[in-house]
Amino acid sequence: MKKIMSIFAAAALMAAMVTGCGTNTDVPTDGAAVSEQVSGTVATDGSTSMEKVIGYLSEAYMEENKDVKVTYNPTGSGSGIQAVQEGRCDIGLSSRNLKDEEAKDLEGTVVAIDGIAIILNPENPIADLTIDQIAQLYKGEITNWKEIGGNDAPVVLIGREAASGTRDGFESITGTEDACKYSQELTSTGDVVQTVASNPNAIGYASLASVKDTVKAIDVEGVTPTTETIQNGTYKVQRNFVFVTKKDTELSGAAKAFFEFATSSAADKLIEEAGAVPVAR
Amino acid sequence: MKKTAHFMEKSMNVVFTICGFLAVGFVILITGFLCVSGTPAIGKIGIIDFLFGTEWASTASTPSYGILPFILTSVYGTFGAIIIGVPLGLMCAIFVAKMANDKVSKAVRTSVDLLSGIPSVVYGLVGMIIIVPMVREVFNLPDGANLFSAIIVLTIMILPSVISVSETAIKTVPKEYEEASLALGATKTETVFKVVVPAAKSGIITSIVLGIGRSIGEAMAVMMVAGNVANMPGLFKSVRFLTTAVASEMSYSSGLQREALFSIALVLFVFILIINLVLNLIVKKDKE
Repeated sequence: MKKIMSIFAAAALMAAMVTGCGTNTDVPTDGAAVSEQVSGTVATDGSTSMEKVIGYLSEAYMEENKDVKVTYNPTGSGSGIQAVQEGRCDIGLSSRNLKDEEAKDLEGTVVAIDGIAIILNPENPIADLTIDQIAQLYKGEITNWKEIGGNDAPVVLIGREAASGTRDGFESITGTEDACKYSQELTSTGDVVQTVASNPNAIGYASLASVKDTVKAIDVEGVTPTTETIQNGTYKVQRNFVFVTKKDTELSGAAKAFFEFATSSAADKLIEEAGAVPVAR
Repeated sequence: MKKTAHFMEKSMNVVFTICGFLAVGFVILITGFLCVSGTPAIGKIGIIDFLFGTEWASTASTPSYGILPFILTSVYGTFGAIIIGVPLGLMCAIFVAKMANDKVSKAVRTSVDLLSGIPSVVYGLVGMIIIVPMVREVFNLPDGANLFSAIIVLTIMILPSVISVSETAIKTVPKEYEEASLALGATKTETVFKVVVPAAKSGIITSIVLGIGRSIGEAMAVMMVAGNVANMPGLFKSVRFLTTAVASEMSYSSGLQREALFSIALVLFVFILIINLVLNLIVKKDKE
């Protein structure tokens, strides 16, 4: 029975891979495939931003499948895509969607969505900003909150350290790469939340999952960040976490099983724990 | 019977020797590792650009690796902590050694010992939650995470070593010096500042050097209060120290960025080495 189920799941997945291009797989895997005994090594390579998600997924997977080893090489989205193209890894990890020329021979499957909340101190009256305004704030073009309808107070920009995946995501979405005039670069999401909570003039960004009541996550372009608005794409400060595979080569047994696990609903909870938003199924 | 004792003696000797050389081995290992992994990046970036470059943008599309802001921040931060911390610590040591009665001095000494045992992350946490907002409000700044907050935290952190080492030094000053001074009609304050402190000079200098060592090597606490932006230092500017530059980027770094972080560690190591050399010189001179 198990075997039949797994064959079915694998076939369904293959079908999905052929038909669905760049979209999420809507295959309802029921977990049976996950528990099938496979062995081998699954090499993943790519985005540093996906470290947490891949860590949670691989840990849980290896817990259930003792014979499988999932490795992760944090090199960056570009290198990960290149690595899968050259056959140096099984699954490439990319925190951006594939470009057209990459999509010719590669397949992108969204495993999770990274929703980044823009957070303010609860005392700040501002409740809604456009992406443009956020970019202007972080580039230092707007230096006082009154310029965008807030209190007469200086803007304090809180961000993450240069190597942070959240910073990379935030800056690439708002188009502020290498142009942010931070007044603090902190090394963890918790520090960002804490600092914004204690400074009435601060603005910061953090994964939606780690936002607490001590700060307020504002609307962006009139859309409140929630799991739903991130899943349906109306909340703009988000990006996809993508598994990249080769179109013409089939994944090895272990890699295929891990891929299925990561794209099944069984992974949703793990993805949430890792601070990302699971895709809508 | 004698034979086994002899054997025991011999083998323990070997064990002691191995343990003795273990520390030496670690020092050689770490020095070697830092030199090997720290020098290539300096070569690639160029020693002048690396040490005197004023811009650090390790992840920019055209990266620049100048660590002058970090070096100056570490030097200023340490200097500031010493300027405030040494007089405070010295007075406290005088109080404990000379002024207070037994009960009070015991209580003070216990709390100083406790202070030295507090983990640096706790100092950082307290600094982040109490000192940073306080600095912001007192000086009416947009943001309180700056060099000044870091100096305050470092000052508190170096107090225990300054106090305990200077206290020991003050206590070893022969009682006759003091008695002679008092007998000549000097007041207690005059005696302390003109006789006891000069006599304990080398011990006090040792405490200062130890304080410098502690504050230049501190990473966790300053990371939480200094703001961590690679600015050229200013008292009320968000700054990054040598230690925090390594700590904040190491986890995700790659390529030349990673090598440059090792080079920063090497620079920090050289600083610590110099401080230790100075300390040894002082101790040696004192013995002579």
